[in-house]
Amino acid sequence: MKRILILSIVCAVAICLVAVSVPAQTKKEAFKYEDKIGVVKIKKGDPIHIACWMVVAGPDASLGTDTKRGVEIAIEDKGGKILGFAVKLSVQDSGCNAEGGLAAATKLAADPTIVAAVGSNCSSEAKPGAPILWKAGIATVSPSNTAVFLTDPKRGSEYDGYLRTAHNDKVQGAVAAEYAFKQLKVKKAATVHDGSPYAEQLQAVFAENFKKLGGTITSQEAVAPTDTDMRPVLTKIATGKPDIIYYPIFIAAGGHVTRQAKEVKGLEKTIMMSADGTFSPDFLKAAGDAAVGMYHSSPDFSAFGAGYKTFLEKHQKKYGEKPIAPFHAHAYDAAKMVFAAIEKVAKTAPDGTLHIGRQALRDALYATKNFKGLTGNLTCTETGDCADPMIAIYKITADNVKKLAIPDKPIWSPAVAAPAKPAPVKEAPKKK
Amino acid sequence: MLKRWIERITPTDVVMWLIGGAILMMIFWGSTATLTAKTYTVHHWFDFIIFGLAQGSIYALIAMGYTMVYGILRMINFAHSEVFMCGPYTAYFVAAAFYSSGFLDQYPIISLIMIFLVSMATSTLVAVLLERIAYRPLRTAPRLIPLITAIGASFFLQYTFRGFYGSGFQAYPVVKILEGEWAWGEFRILKFQAVVIVAAAILMAALYSFVQRTRLGKAIRAVSEDKETSALMGIDIDRMIVTTFVIGGMSAGAAGILYALMFKQVHFFMGFIPGIKAFTSAVLGGIGNIPGAMLGGIFLGLVESVGPSLFLDGLGIVAPYQLKDAIAFTMLVLVLIFRPTGILGERLAVKKA
Repeated sequence: MKRILILSIVCAVAICLVAVSVPAQTKKEAFKYEDKIGVVKIKKGDPIHIACWMVVAGPDASLGTDTKRGVEIAIEDKGGKILGFAVKLSVQDSGCNAEGGLAAATKLAADPTIVAAVGSNCSSEAKPGAPILWKAGIATVSPSNTAVFLTDPKRGSEYDGYLRTAHNDKVQGAVAAEYAFKQLKVKKAATVHDGSPYAEQLQAVFAENFKKLGGTITSQEAVAPTDTDMRPVLTKIATGKPDIIYYPIFIAAGGHVTRQAKEVKGLEKTIMMSADGTFSPDFLKAAGDAAVGMYHSSPDFSAFGAGYKTFLEKHQKKYGEKPIAPFHAHAYDAAKMVFAAIEKVAKTAPDGTLHIGRQALRDALYATKNFKGLTGNLTCTETGDCADPMIAIYKITADNVKKLAIPDKPIWSPAVAAPAKPAPVKEAPKKK
Repeated sequence: MLKRWIERITPTDVVMWLIGGAILMMIFWGSTATLTAKTYTVHHWFDFIIFGLAQGSIYALIAMGYTMVYGILRMINFAHSEVFMCGPYTAYFVAAAFYSSGFLDQYPIISLIMIFLVSMATSTLVAVLLERIAYRPLRTAPRLIPLITAIGASFFLQYTFRGFYGSGFQAYPVVKILEGEWAWGEFRILKFQAVVIVAAAILMAALYSFVQRTRLGKAIRAVSEDKETSALMGIDIDRMIVTTFVIGGMSAGAAGILYALMFKQVHFFMGFIPGIKAFTSAVLGGIGNIPGAMLGGIFLGLVESVGPSLFLDGLGIVAPYQLKDAIAFTMLVLVLIFRPTGILGERLAVKKA
């Protein structure tokens, strides 16, 4: 009996001691890290999880593969580590449509280890996807969404976690229209879009600018991204006798339009012009010889910063080929921006756990200013437009089609042709 | 007579007729407006019709497979769109090899025939395996079960081929002799479209006369009318069902190559949209009815090509080709309101399974 009593007293004392010592210990640490919407805690030895949501399968896979490689090279340049923590990259296919974007974002949102995301590729994915990610507290930086809406002041607070390093199509559409009207000296244009926010808004900007310059728009047609028979709609376009067709759509449908335009009466001589969404070797494969002589508006490789050359060398070494779409450098910059923001806001607890506040990370991303990236000096606006937009016009040659390689040098860019860079400078005052 | 007819109509019928009437009015109004506006000349309409015929004959060929399988098994073979996909996708590799070795340019006709054969053989093989593995064990199961199996088989095939050949698309080489056009003044026809239309017409005629004229065809028709009785008459039912799948597979494989010649792109998901459209054509023409499937396919192709310009242009609707599918399916609704069994009606035995 006595023995049990002694034992129980010893136990009680021991429990008391433990109970007292635990709060005492935490008090000693005095580490506090709070965030409005949540903190990601990464234990020592665990990786920092960055997610990509990109289109890495299907007809537009080149777009996503290209940006994924940009992110991978950015991680490599960092030595695979931020603040001593390894970086883990996971990729979700987003399919280049709204459903795919929704699915990918939902999947990412369910993973609490994700610190930040890079993506999406197509604006149609970002429209439903970005709000889902932000609801889960994940900020995302897109390397290739260009639709005007996504960084519009009226986009709504659900897009607060969304930024992009890609240009806004307000710039791209204007450059394309300027080139068509002033350089190609055409007066009548028709446009084709596929109902996606990217294509619809880009062709609208093109049409608006083209009209402003004094041209006429003969028709603004639409197709479905899955359509194959474009001859009827092209026949309809031919009745307006346009000098140029601007069709900023995606690879599968873009290939059909390019090929079939040559077969429609009245369009044999019409100038064809597409945009960055089809600026890829896969498109040249889809369009074949019909692509020879057509134009693309796309980011200006020749205006990229000094680091771009070394980037290309690394790319060639790692993947054995040249970039396959125009947005690898934007993806590199997006990843670098994310890393910089993490470094700025992350705090290490005494036990080695890394704390990253989600709201803080988002705010740090938005506060990015004069960030030296491959694509230029990035400064984010209040609505998440971070690009230093430089758009140029490219022309596809027979050699490009034969080798299935996109041209590396533009034939014209507003920066070179006009002394005062019209588009980018105009954008600058809007930025804060 | 009239009294009995009046007694039989229900309020639903009246509503449906009103909807149908409204659609017809819209079509009429739109068409007159377009035609009086004279934006399009006669040769434009001729082009629209040719484009529609070419697309429609491909739908028709695929629809044959749907309708024949439905006729004999009373089930919708949803994996038929994948039977359509795997032929041209596999034949692509033959075509690409011919192209890179220069054989295609040297002997275009022989190459084309071989590409056709490879495509038809692959599609037929897949169709037969499908029947043997996925459908035959379930033949006595309730009707919904093979339907779900078909959908499963469809996904299985899609992703198997994605695994084989990747998720990207492949571009068919250009066949030089099929480039260019034949023209008579303002009217013209693209060479490969003429080839597609003629080839499809020959194939359909051959298949139809096979079913109508030969002993094997007669046996197939007998099985689709009454399985038990034809078994009692000494017809091997399994063999007839396999023959049906062979025919369906062959026409799908041929349609696939025609599709590839017209659109030059193949990928693992290419069967989905044409498959849905062909199924629609089969329903439009009256499912189970072979001439109905042909007619339905051509009708659908024409509506898709001519419809947006003819019906919607006059109504001042912007970018009408976005609504191509909407028009196609509105036509389906319209036909089904006035003729619930399709244009030519279901040609099934009185005793439905």
